[in-house]
Amino acid sequence: MREPIKYVLLTASLGLLLWSLYKIGYVLPLEANVAAYQILYLHVPSFFAAFTGFFLGLFASGIYLATGNFKYDSFAAGANEVALMFATAGLASGMIWARYAWGIWWTWDARLSSMLLCWLVYVGYLFLRKSVEEPTQRARLSAVLSIFGCVNVAFVYKSIEWYRTQHPSPVLSFRNGGDHMGPGLEAPIWWNWLALVCLGVVIAMVRMQQGEMSREIDALRRQAHSY
Amino acid sequence: MYLRQVLTIAAKDLRAEWRTREAFNASFAFMVVILVLFSFAFDPGNSDISIPAIAGGMLWIAYSFAAALTLNRSFARELQNDCLDALLAAPILASALFFGKALANFALLMVMEIVSLGVFSLLYNVKVLAQIWSLLLVIVLGTWAMTVMGTMFSALTVNLRLRELMLPVMMYPFLVVPLSAAITLTSDLLNGISFGAENILWLKVLVFFDVLFTSLVVLLIDVVLVG
Repeated sequence: MREPIKYVLLTASLGLLLWSLYKIGYVLPLEANVAAYQILYLHVPSFFAAFTGFFLGLFASGIYLATGNFKYDSFAAGANEVALMFATAGLASGMIWARYAWGIWWTWDARLSSMLLCWLVYVGYLFLRKSVEEPTQRARLSAVLSIFGCVNVAFVYKSIEWYRTQHPSPVLSFRNGGDHMGPGLEAPIWWNWLALVCLGVVIAMVRMQQGEMSREIDALRRQAHSY
Repeated sequence: MYLRQVLTIAAKDLRAEWRTREAFNASFAFMVVILVLFSFAFDPGNSDISIPAIAGGMLWIAYSFAAALTLNRSFARELQNDCLDALLAAPILASALFFGKALANFALLMVMEIVSLGVFSLLYNVKVLAQIWSLLLVIVLGTWAMTVMGTMFSALTVNLRLRELMLPVMMYPFLVVPLSAAITLTSDLLNGISFGAENILWLKVLVFFDVLFTSLVVLLIDVVLVG
């Protein structure tokens, strides 16, 4: 944690999260037409941050394949890991809400199962990273899987429109074209998204440095053995 | 030229399979075992359960299990005597190698699936011949989706320690969209509902998945196999 950019991002993220927590708790109306809708301000941004992470992972993997620079492999690993964490948070918050609003923890609805699938794809990604020991091979194979995974996420995201679903329909203005929620209610979602993305980038950067360091240690160890 | 290379690889694989018939016999027996096991999960004698309504799911679950078993061996069997290195050193494109293997796997799976469709029809008293051409189209498209993903992941996992475990863990999340489309279509066809406005979307999903992921594999297979 030496570069100031990380501190800036971390402070911005925590500040934004606190500010939106205050807004959600004290400023926004308590009642709306959806029960306990406030959890939406964590639920939706978590998934947005997760998708952002998967896309960053895709780009980093592409850059790795093009340049062969291990820095991008580490960043892709970090981004996908953090994104998986946000996806878990999104799923968990959704389950808690479902228990409150529907009375059940889980239902095999298209949106829920498709998100669970994305989650499983990236769990597979982490498994793959764990099971390959040779760094070049690991980087190459996981970059390919990351690209496949991201295309699958896009495919699945599109596919939820083909099923009938019991999940509340999209409420954000860019999806339904109108102000279903009103700008005052919608704004904290976007701010929280920004906050979570900043937080994710900080964690991914730390992971990246960790990866670089472990590669360095590996190289030194190999050097020591060769004497 | 390219086509001849593809066909040479496919012929080689099919010849090796024809001489032992290992994969076919084992996978076919496995498929029949699964079909028999289903009779304990859903009592076919119970008149509350309509077998045609769940037939699509039963068939495709059995197909995909057998496919994972067959496809696992696709690249793994080239490890003996370093055949994989020889194949990669051959003056052909990696995608020709991939398509040759995929074609052989596809042929193998198709034969297996059509034979077990007959077994299924006998055991569960489901009439499959009424719309056999539409059904075959669905089986071809669904099998290609399984083949292309399975062969790809077979190549990706060939050097891993937990190969037999990693392939299904990574492959099934990708296969859920095409499998669910194939399941819906197969159940419809076995219930006497032909292609129409209600289900044509799923046929498009299958075609789209096949085209999208086949092109993606062509782009990335070089990275997976050669690096």
